[in-house]
Amino acid sequence: MAQDTFVQRLRKIYAIYTGAFVAFVIILGIAERFGLSPTYIGYAFLFGTIAVYAVIGIISRTGQVAEYYVAGRRVPAVFNGMATAADWMSAASFIGMAGALYLQGYDGLAFIMGWTGGYVLLAVLIAPYLRKFGKYTIPDFLDARYGGKFPRAIGIIATMLVSFTYLVAQITGVGIITSRFLGLPFELGVFFGLVGILVCSFLGGMRAVTWTQVAQYIVLIIAYMIPAIAISYKHTGIPIPQLMYGQALQNIEQKQAQLKDDPKEVEVREIWKKRAQELDAKIKGLPATWEQGKRELEEKLASLSPGDPERAKVEKALKDYPKSPEEAKEKWTAAKKQAEAMARPPKPYTQPPVKTVDLINFLALTLCLMVGTAGLPHVIMRFYTTPTVREARTSAGWALFFICLLYFTAPAYAAFARNEVLTNLVGTTFAQLPEWVKKWAGVGLVRIQDLNGDGIIQFAEIILHADAIVLATPEIAGLPYVIAGLVAAGGLAAALSTADGLLITISNAIAHDLYYKMINPNLAPSTRVKIGKSLLLVVALLGAWVASYKLAIIVELVAWAFSMAAASLFPALVLGVWDKRMNKQGAIAGMIVGLGITLFYLVGSRFYGLDWFGIKTIASGIFGLPANFIVAFIVSRLTPPPPREIQEFVDSVRYPKGAVKAGAEE
Amino acid sequence: MLTPEQLQSYWRQNLVLMVIVLTIWFLVSLGAAMVAHSLNKIVIFGFPLGYYMGSQGSLIVFILLIVFYSRKMDELDEKYGVKED
Repeated sequence: MAQDTFVQRLRKIYAIYTGAFVAFVIILGIAERFGLSPTYIGYAFLFGTIAVYAVIGIISRTGQVAEYYVAGRRVPAVFNGMATAADWMSAASFIGMAGALYLQGYDGLAFIMGWTGGYVLLAVLIAPYLRKFGKYTIPDFLDARYGGKFPRAIGIIATMLVSFTYLVAQITGVGIITSRFLGLPFELGVFFGLVGILVCSFLGGMRAVTWTQVAQYIVLIIAYMIPAIAISYKHTGIPIPQLMYGQALQNIEQKQAQLKDDPKEVEVREIWKKRAQELDAKIKGLPATWEQGKRELEEKLASLSPGDPERAKVEKALKDYPKSPEEAKEKWTAAKKQAEAMARPPKPYTQPPVKTVDLINFLALTLCLMVGTAGLPHVIMRFYTTPTVREARTSAGWALFFICLLYFTAPAYAAFARNEVLTNLVGTTFAQLPEWVKKWAGVGLVRIQDLNGDGIIQFAEIILHADAIVLATPEIAGLPYVIAGLVAAGGLAAALSTADGLLITISNAIAHDLYYKMINPNLAPSTRVKIGKSLLLVVALLGAWVASYKLAIIVELVAWAFSMAAASLFPALVLGVWDKRMNKQGAIAGMIVGLGITLFYLVGSRFYGLDWFGIKTIASGIFGLPANFIVAFIVSRLTPPPPREIQEFVDSVRYPKGAVKAGAEE
Repeated sequence: MLTPEQLQSYWRQNLVLMVIVLTIWFLVSLGAAMVAHSLNKIVIFGFPLGYYMGSQGSLIVFILLIVFYSRKMDELDEKYGVKED
């Protein structure tokens, strides 16, 4: 009964909150009409939303262990679904995914299927049983199931490996969004992000994070829908983007087929081809070509008189010039790859991979993302917070539903944007570039240049950055600036909510799993929470510090997290529930071999040209995942079965109630 | 307390459900991707079916699968009296 009134109160609170947020957007829209400048609208969104998250964080403050770690285990399925959706969808889902689909067509669908299919695995194989187990973390489960500190230690290492790079990427995302929309320096944006993250998680742990994530989900889904609805209305007259982009798909295929043999397009592609060859020659000639290029720029700068307007250009070129031959190799190889891609006619947008090796990569990547999703610690953690086993199952369904609202819309963004480019941009003149192209070219998200000098825009002359699709759609659809601000607030909510979930997971892994369980088990509950909070602060600062370096590798490392989670944690969790005969030796061997092979291939294929069956770095988990299962199986069958208590423990998690002695809750 | 036979039979039924759900899960996602070329020949409302399965179709089936599995497990919990209070 108490739970029912609790649910009703929650519904009411979030309904009022949603209404207030919509009113806030409308008021800003009216203010814009009366002349409020975009800068102030941007600030209003940034401070307005962070203030709301802070208030929720302060209201939800707590010092109790169960509240701090698992939100008191009374988060109803629907709300846990929303929180999980926000926890899960990061800046990459919100801003990057539609862009990946725009650029890659069918191949980009690996992300759509991969990042949703994992929830089926979670709901069936993992979530209900971990909820029944009833402790706090994944290392807790590994310890209880396999017995001893060694499995726990591997769990801690895997959790940290997977979560920390992911956290850095989210903080970077916040820095990029704030600096782009408010013109703040990147470092200051990172600082704002840090404040935004800490106000939610520091005082109230999982409890505050949960209720903030629900609020953040509402902001991000509204922000994602409005521009898509507007552009669907603009292109088709019907405001349901998820159903209407079929027309756009047909149009894209038709236009692209026309462009294939267009003489002007072919001309531009030839120019790209020549560039790729030049870059190739430069890369082969390293390091001499690097020194020569540097000397040429320096000599040019010396030859120009101090007042020459050319000087600034050359100075900038010199500043951007690679600092070392190694950096030159990295940069020029990327440029060469881009030139080669532009030199090819666009492949049909909805066409699946044709070559077998490409199809295998597509399938491998999809599988890695699915299994990785089901093995990500910060996602699994959320299923500890539901009141019952039953609600852990249904909440996985709700989470997927709320995620799909956004994922259904991403392909629509991509298709409408590509249709817009092909229909309203290609074939027009450089003299009349639309406003959105000029604006986003200014910050480098759109690169457009008249390569063949005919004054007309060819498709092969346009390079859109993946992030440009979602960010530019409000302007393409002719919406007022307030909606662009709303999209920024949505991206911010996506990044902050994920960062919060990760931060809690990492600090718990150190405070609870490492310090309390392995080093000093005699801590009072209140001290445990205090240690958790101080570690939270340290981890957040560390994450922001790493993010401030803006390392290019971070985005790639996030993709690695899925392969690592898939090859280490997922098999150990699944076998722990579904294979009673699995023992400590098997699980440990499996995790070490799985993670080891995955790391070996990740690093080897990325930096040292390692190549097994043509599998790309991003799908590395495809080797470690089966290796983990096979090694665990063989080793466990060659060693003695787990002791009786462990077998009883497996029974206790398998049945929601009544089997042997129930797992004790703290 | 349930007898070991009852517990075993509960778990066996759960296993069967798991296999059914994951087979469908595999077929609509990875399976559909393997034959996407042929599926793309069918076009509905402008959507080539192969592309549609990857972008929306499989996702809808995923949600339905979780709903189906949750329902069935609720029934099973009820039947064996292991439902939580």
